Amino acid sequence: MSERMTKRMSDRLAVRKTYKLYIGGAFPRSESGRSYPVTDTKDRFVANASHASRKDVRDAVSAARKAFGGWSGRTAYNRAQILYRIAEMLEGRRDQFITELRHTGASKTQAANEVDAAIDRWVWYAGWADKISTVAGAANPVSGPFFNFSTPEPTGVVGIIAPDSPLLGLVSVVAPAIVTGNTTVVIASEPAPLPAITLAEVLATSDLPGGVINILTGHRTELAPWLASHMDVNAIDLTGVPDADVPSLEDAAAGNLKRVFRASEDWADDPGTARMTAFLEVKTVWHPVGV
Amino acid sequence: MVFEYAPAPESRSVVDIRGSYGLFIDGEFVDGHGEPFKTINPADEAVLADVACADEADVDRAVKAARIAFERVWGPMPGAERAKYLYRIARIIQERSRELAVLESIDNGKPIRESRDVDVPLVAAWFFYYAGWADKLGHAGFGPDPKPVGVAGQVIPWNFPLLMLAWKIAPALACGNTVVLKPAETTPLTALLFADICRQADLPPGVVNIITGAGDTGRALVAHEGVDKVAFTGSTDVGRQIARTLAGTSKKLTLELGGKAANIVYADAALDQAVEGIVNGIFFNQGHVCCAGSRLLVQESVAEEVLERLKARMATLRVGDPLDKNTDIGAINSAAQLDKIRELSAAGEQEGAGRWSPPCQLPDRGFWFAPTLFTGVAQSHRIAREEIFGPVLSVLTFRTPEEAVTKANNTPYGLSAGIWTEKGSQILWTAQRLRAGVVWANTFNKFDPASPFGGYKESGFGREGGRHGLEAYLNV
Repeated sequence: MSERMTKRMSDRLAVRKTYKLYIGGAFPRSESGRSYPVTDTKDRFVANASHASRKDVRDAVSAARKAFGGWSGRTAYNRAQILYRIAEMLEGRRDQFITELRHTGASKTQAANEVDAAIDRWVWYAGWADKISTVAGAANPVSGPFFNFSTPEPTGVVGIIAPDSPLLGLVSVVAPAIVTGNTTVVIASEPAPLPAITLAEVLATSDLPGGVINILTGHRTELAPWLASHMDVNAIDLTGVPDADVPSLEDAAAGNLKRVFRASEDWADDPGTARMTAFLEVKTVWHPVGV
Repeated sequence: MVFEYAPAPESRSVVDIRGSYGLFIDGEFVDGHGEPFKTINPADEAVLADVACADEADVDRAVKAARIAFERVWGPMPGAERAKYLYRIARIIQERSRELAVLESIDNGKPIRESRDVDVPLVAAWFFYYAGWADKLGHAGFGPDPKPVGVAGQVIPWNFPLLMLAWKIAPALACGNTVVLKPAETTPLTALLFADICRQADLPPGVVNIITGAGDTGRALVAHEGVDKVAFTGSTDVGRQIARTLAGTSKKLTLELGGKAANIVYADAALDQAVEGIVNGIFFNQGHVCCAGSRLLVQESVAEEVLERLKARMATLRVGDPLDKNTDIGAINSAAQLDKIRELSAAGEQEGAGRWSPPCQLPDRGFWFAPTLFTGVAQSHRIAREEIFGPVLSVLTFRTPEEAVTKANNTPYGLSAGIWTEKGSQILWTAQRLRAGVVWANTFNKFDPASPFGGYKESGFGREGGRHGLEAYLNV
């Protein structure tokens, strides 16, 4: 972070933060050793962000896969508590996020509103953890002596190309994917990646198991095709992808029949349930009824 | 004294197969402009009829007819009126059930016992079930007034020709869409008979269009820019091609693809029931079932006993004339499919698995394959990984429940699975961990219009059946 923004009354030289990736609960640099400069709206240097590589994508997918069994096996109540805990930790860092959002061009009020909305969004999704099955599941009246029920289950590892709304948009695409038990590999906004890494610090202190959310920063056009074609990724959210790139990424995603979701929206709107159900599989179980 | 089965053939007199069939577009049978093809009876290779082939221009006409019907008639029609058409269709299917069952067995090769007792009753039930949704869509959880998608292009396989037609057409029409459906080229006849049922029901022209042809016709249909929604049931390879074709378009897509289901038998299972379930799981419909229980996972401590009972049961299966009411296993649907089953079975032997079939006499003409099982199958064998789509069972063993689940999930597919145990908690523990869309516990191969069906992973996406089945045909 630039000294300009953090300079205090004293002339003490600020200790800057190194922005790294977030993979498997750890904060590694890109294995490629690359970084790229992030600037504010007046083109002033803010920080270097990690410039992730194909190998980082694969490491992140592997971490997400490893975390899937444990996270999807947690009780819904437990996942709800962890998402709520994320909101608590985010609230505690409210000022830091406001500062970071101001680098991206937001006014003080806009930045404060966005952080508040992001915190509230975590709270909103936290409450869904133990309700989505009731809404999306069913007991089915089949015409025979069978007990038959359908429950939604997480799709698996979800790749997310996050939108450029650096905090609220990011939270709005990640929270609905993980609340149901999916694990994720997120490619953060390319021009505004820093709030995503600060969010990772929130996640790392929120009892969220490592690997549930993995965050990469770098060049979207370089990373997205590897994520879209990865054979151990079950679904992909292309919300942050420009229209022109959608056909080739959907084509790559067809390789292992990934579920593809893409919807642009006003992040201030009521999110609805579409982002959760997009990454749910309905499982139907039959059992005979008899004595 | 030995009791023998006397032949018990179902009469063919109830069906009237015409010499040639056209395309059903805009309520009329019309000529196709592709090269007509012949559909044959797989049980004796006799030619049944010449069938028109739709070329791109024919597909275009059908899609346009569907578009006009959608915009002018079916889309604006009150749901309650659409419901009554669908109820009519359900009733006519019941009235003409024997005719449909016999024709299905003749064109497909499946035993009359199955077409009569499973396929056709489910077809009627599917229309009856979705008829009731047509005027209740606002209560289905997709918003107060969900809208149809438009024109649906639907491509279906040959294993359950009429049932797959029902799975596709009933929910599409209930939601207010119109359809262009392409049946498989080896089994077009019941779909064309269904066209006649639509006429008897006075269904407005263009609401249902049936176009026949092979892969080129299907490709033209899914690629047509006037199609808003594509629904496909068939192989994973074709499903992948369709997903690629649709990349970057706004078309909605649902895919119901292949499977390699594990049927898990725990040591405490009721073994005789489990053996019935294994037989039903893999030999139902000659194993031409995407959700067939083609990998038997049996707990090591009972493996020998299960195999002994299974072999004894397999020896009683009657293979032969699909129209004989005593037949358990009918004809393989086509020469091409028979080749594929033979090739994979040969690979099973080459890779070292032990092959066994009961002594059984196969007819001289037609396409036949004896019920077969392989023991000593490793997870790396092709017969454990690839969908055979025939009456061939691969037997593997396990020691612990964890191992059973790991082996069951060790496949890119995820359509169905079976669990046999008397322990309730073990059923639920296992069912939770299986990455499959349908789990049958102490039963197998059960279907119902109220019950969602569809796969995880490379078995496709979307659900057919139940409230969930509406989503594919609503603009949500």
